[in-house]
Amino acid sequence: MEDDAPVIYGLEFQARALTAQTAETDAIRFLVGTQSLKFDNQIHIIDFDDENNVINKSVLLHDAGEIWHISGSPADKAVLTTCYSKTSESRVLTCAAVWRMPPEWESGNHESPDDSSNNPQTLELLCHLDNTAHGSVACVLWEPMGDGKRVISLAENHVLLWDLQESSTKATISSSATLEGKGQLKFTAGKWSPHHNNTQLATANDTAIRGWDLRSMSQIYCIENAHGQLVRDLDFNPNKQYYLASCGDDCKVKFWDVRHINEPVKCLEEHSHWVWSVRYNHSHDQLLLTGSSDSRVILSNMVSISSEPFGHLVDDDELSDNEESQQEDKGKEPLQDSIIATYEEHEDSVYAVEWSAADPWLFASLSYDGRLVINRVPRALKYRILL
Amino acid sequence: MSSATTPPDSDPNGRRRIHSMLKLYYGLNEEGKAADQAESLDPCDINGPHFDPEVYLNKLRKECSLGELMDHESCMVKQIRSLDSDMQTLVYENYNKFISATDTIRKMKNDFKKMEDEMDCLSANMASITEFSARISGTLQDQHAQITKLSGVHTLLRKLQFLFELPARLNKCLELQAYAQAVSAHRRARCVLQQYSHMPSFRGIQDDCHVIMEQLAQQLRQKFRDGGSSAKDLSECVELLLQLDEPAEELCDKFLSHAQSRLEADLQGLEAELKDSAVTDTGGGSVQKTSPGSNPVSPSSSVINPFLSPTAGTDILEFIDRGCNEFVSSLCLVIASYQELFINRPQEGELASKNIPEMANGKLHVFVDTLAARYFSLVERRIQEEKGVSDNSLLVRALDRFHRRLQAISKLLPGSAVPSHGTEIVVQAARQRIKQYLSALQTFYHDSLTDVRQALAAPRLAVGGASASGGGASSKDATPSLPELLASLSNFILNQLKSVLASVHLFTAKDITFSNKPYFKGEFCSQGVREGLVVSFIKFICQSSRQYCESAGDRGGSTPPALLLLLSRLCLDYETSTISYILTLTDEQSCSEITEPLCLLLDNIYWVNTIEPRNVRAVMKRVVEDTTSIDVQVGLLYEEGVRKAHSSDSSKRTFSVYSSSRQQIRYAPSYTPSAPMDTNLLSNIHKLFSERIDIFSPVEFNKVSVLTGIIKISLKTFLECVRLRTFGRYGLQQIQVDCHYLQMYLWRFVSDENLVHFLLDEIVCSAAHRCLDPSPMEQSVIEVICERG
Repeated sequence: MEDDAPVIYGLEFQARALTAQTAETDAIRFLVGTQSLKFDNQIHIIDFDDENNVINKSVLLHDAGEIWHISGSPADKAVLTTCYSKTSESRVLTCAAVWRMPPEWESGNHESPDDSSNNPQTLELLCHLDNTAHGSVACVLWEPMGDGKRVISLAENHVLLWDLQESSTKATISSSATLEGKGQLKFTAGKWSPHHNNTQLATANDTAIRGWDLRSMSQIYCIENAHGQLVRDLDFNPNKQYYLASCGDDCKVKFWDVRHINEPVKCLEEHSHWVWSVRYNHSHDQLLLTGSSDSRVILSNMVSISSEPFGHLVDDDELSDNEESQQEDKGKEPLQDSIIATYEEHEDSVYAVEWSAADPWLFASLSYDGRLVINRVPRALKYRILL
Repeated sequence: MSSATTPPDSDPNGRRRIHSMLKLYYGLNEEGKAADQAESLDPCDINGPHFDPEVYLNKLRKECSLGELMDHESCMVKQIRSLDSDMQTLVYENYNKFISATDTIRKMKNDFKKMEDEMDCLSANMASITEFSARISGTLQDQHAQITKLSGVHTLLRKLQFLFELPARLNKCLELQAYAQAVSAHRRARCVLQQYSHMPSFRGIQDDCHVIMEQLAQQLRQKFRDGGSSAKDLSECVELLLQLDEPAEELCDKFLSHAQSRLEADLQGLEAELKDSAVTDTGGGSVQKTSPGSNPVSPSSSVINPFLSPTAGTDILEFIDRGCNEFVSSLCLVIASYQELFINRPQEGELASKNIPEMANGKLHVFVDTLAARYFSLVERRIQEEKGVSDNSLLVRALDRFHRRLQAISKLLPGSAVPSHGTEIVVQAARQRIKQYLSALQTFYHDSLTDVRQALAAPRLAVGGASASGGGASSKDATPSLPELLASLSNFILNQLKSVLASVHLFTAKDITFSNKPYFKGEFCSQGVREGLVVSFIKFICQSSRQYCESAGDRGGSTPPALLLLLSRLCLDYETSTISYILTLTDEQSCSEITEPLCLLLDNIYWVNTIEPRNVRAVMKRVVEDTTSIDVQVGLLYEEGVRKAHSSDSSKRTFSVYSSSRQQIRYAPSYTPSAPMDTNLLSNIHKLFSERIDIFSPVEFNKVSVLTGIIKISLKTFLECVRLRTFGRYGLQQIQVDCHYLQMYLWRFVSDENLVHFLLDEIVCSAAHRCLDPSPMEQSVIEVICERG
């Protein structure tokens, strides 16, 4: 086997929230937030040692509640936000907060890993993104590649733009927008566009995808019925400013050009159940990762709509010789969109997939039973893209 | 070979080998052939030029034993003898040939001597003959000269007489309308008169002639212009005019314009007819669209009115016939006579220099093209009006006739674009026909589909009312029509398709001239009929089915899944490749129908503080009912399929006991808070040992498989929804009750009941995880509730 076997890490609790540590560009590090109603929830910091193929973990306590969403600050690697549910009497409310990891976790972890897991340290609360007026928070988005001072939270049908001040200990709403309409509107997902000087945001509610201009806080486009059923996740193409991928309960992944919203540019129907997560590779946007509750993770190669030019000339023989056991069907022509691999290491629904921030060829996927799987892009394909 | 002492050199080729061997024997070869024939330099090679007997002998003596030497010697002697005898034969042969050659030469000498004598005699005779003939011609000289002169005078006189008589004769011809004679006479005299016009008498004659001829030309022109004359007269006219030095171009124009006016009349007749038929067509247009054949599925579709036949005016065959007989045939006539007149005539003198044929040909082409274009446009219009799908044979025959007549033109006028244009029209018509068929098929399909929908909807409503009042028992009498519907639908579609194909087949029949065109041989069949008609129809079916599915998905289940099922079965009948797709869609559709209420329910209730469950929720009952009805529907269309062997105790009663015991074993410890990790551990262990369940295995075409797929996906969706909620104590209990209820009823639909058990376990387990206060309900209580429900 030329490709390394996947590395599997098991959490004790069920988990849905996964993020790469965005600000960390040296180590391959993922953050996982657990979901448990009965026990103290944790954030697992998972370091992957690429050379030795081993995982180092450290655990931080997150005692506020079960974690539904997590994301790391793009500027300060110790800062992160979580969305957690708080139960009070008969109400469940999902809140959001900004946290700082205690400075010692790293050193402590390395000296005696056993201690840290036995005696986990607690996250330091920086501030709450107070949402009592707006309802449950679906997710918190950091300004992409920003200075870590601006976040957006999506609460019910509100878009709230927060300014974090005084080294993130105080959060004030700088502007907000509300989605009006009949019925109970509720955002399910959102993504802050890294293009246009970070002035655009895309959100999903029910079957529609909407674009927002953050300067005027007004809607700029709306893809009605983007999916047949609920839209679960979105991601912007990191290199093509108008391109956007979405996934949803109709088992499809669709690619949109937001200038022409009537028709998707492309549509993938590879999964057999809800698609929960879609992620573009940060540097090679033809690589697309999707995770679904059919417990599969699919890595696709969408050459035809990527920013990279077609046809890296590689001898086909070279490729066909490689033992890519998982590779289902690799087109001989370099131009073809294809599934590169289907990963079936999970036994439960996969709710989150994420590329590493440090190594563009590495990604993690998390299933509900708390299994985190770290995989690599098949080497042959990597060379093919690079060379 | 230079040396003269070599008899074998003169030997004729043939025995090369012996020849060369002999040469070698006589040692002749050394300087001659050594250069171009690289022979071995080995002195031991007895056949080589460098043979050295001394060395050879020494070698033999050294290498061979006595016996071998003896053998060698005898062999050598034998060879030498044979060589000698060969040489002797050669010498003999050559000798004989020399002798015969000498004989021949001697004989020739004798013969030549005799011949010389005879030649001398001949030349003497010839000389005497010459002398005699000279003498005779000398005596006859005078008389001959006289006779020649006299005959010259005679001809001259006759010519003069002719000239003098010419005006009178011309006048007479004019009177008798023998224009041709007049013209030819005049032509003969013309140049003579021209030459001697300086003499007053001749001048007079010439002037007279001129006047007469003017008159004649005038008359001819008049006749030409009148147009009443027949084509033959006309052509004669033109010929004469041409001979009278009338400018050919003008004549061409006149001729053509004349012909044009007549053809115009034809065309106008056609056009008028077209207009008439157009008027009647719009009157009967709606009737035309109806498809032929009786149509029991769609009683709403109109019946063909016998009094308003699709082609109320003239039918297309008549039209084309008329066009052919009038327009095309007269066009052919015009072309033929024109060619006769201007193009193919023998070119004489001054006419040839004017390059008439080229000019005339050009004009003719322009003329024919413009007229043909008009005609074609008329025909095209007529064909376009031919919207009815019924009378295809007429159309084909009309097209055939059309094409055949155009072939005549192409024969007459080889370079013309007309026939190709005509073929194009035929092709166009064929294409259009195919399109019409396609749309007719599509409308037909739509109609029948609507009917099916209505047929489906009507009992559905009835069932809805019935089930609201009396439960789901009445669903049985609503659905038996499904297979009938399917059968009739597919039969109709098949019949339609067959009849369409049959009529399209006419286009390529053997006796149709244009069926031999390359287009009709290849492209028409593959592109037109196969791709354009059949495939696109099937595509259309698929697409519309798909649309139904998708629109259903978007709008929230407005299409009855039964319809989808029908469609899926239909597709199965037609093309196997698309079915799985449709079927999956069907599956999804049915699922979303089932799961939607589930999800809605989960959404709408605050699960944290529900009341204690007392009953199975109505939604679950509905789910079971829906599943049953789907089961019935699918069962009508698909075969049963293989079910895994049931456990012997899978009757309802024992089943619940069985499952409850299972459940208790599994859950009892996990709900106790004292063992916090057990839940995970247990379920993980369970997963380790239980076979991994592939929720999304491909669906096969049988009832069990379809239903298994539907139930699997529904339960999976239920599970996902549960996982997104947080439950209170009673919420969990409600889920328990619901799941138990489902367990009681769903197992019978699936191929492997363990699937349902597993998924329902998973749901309860997840609910327990998501529960703030996980205290499960007593199994016995659950059972009681479920029994009661």
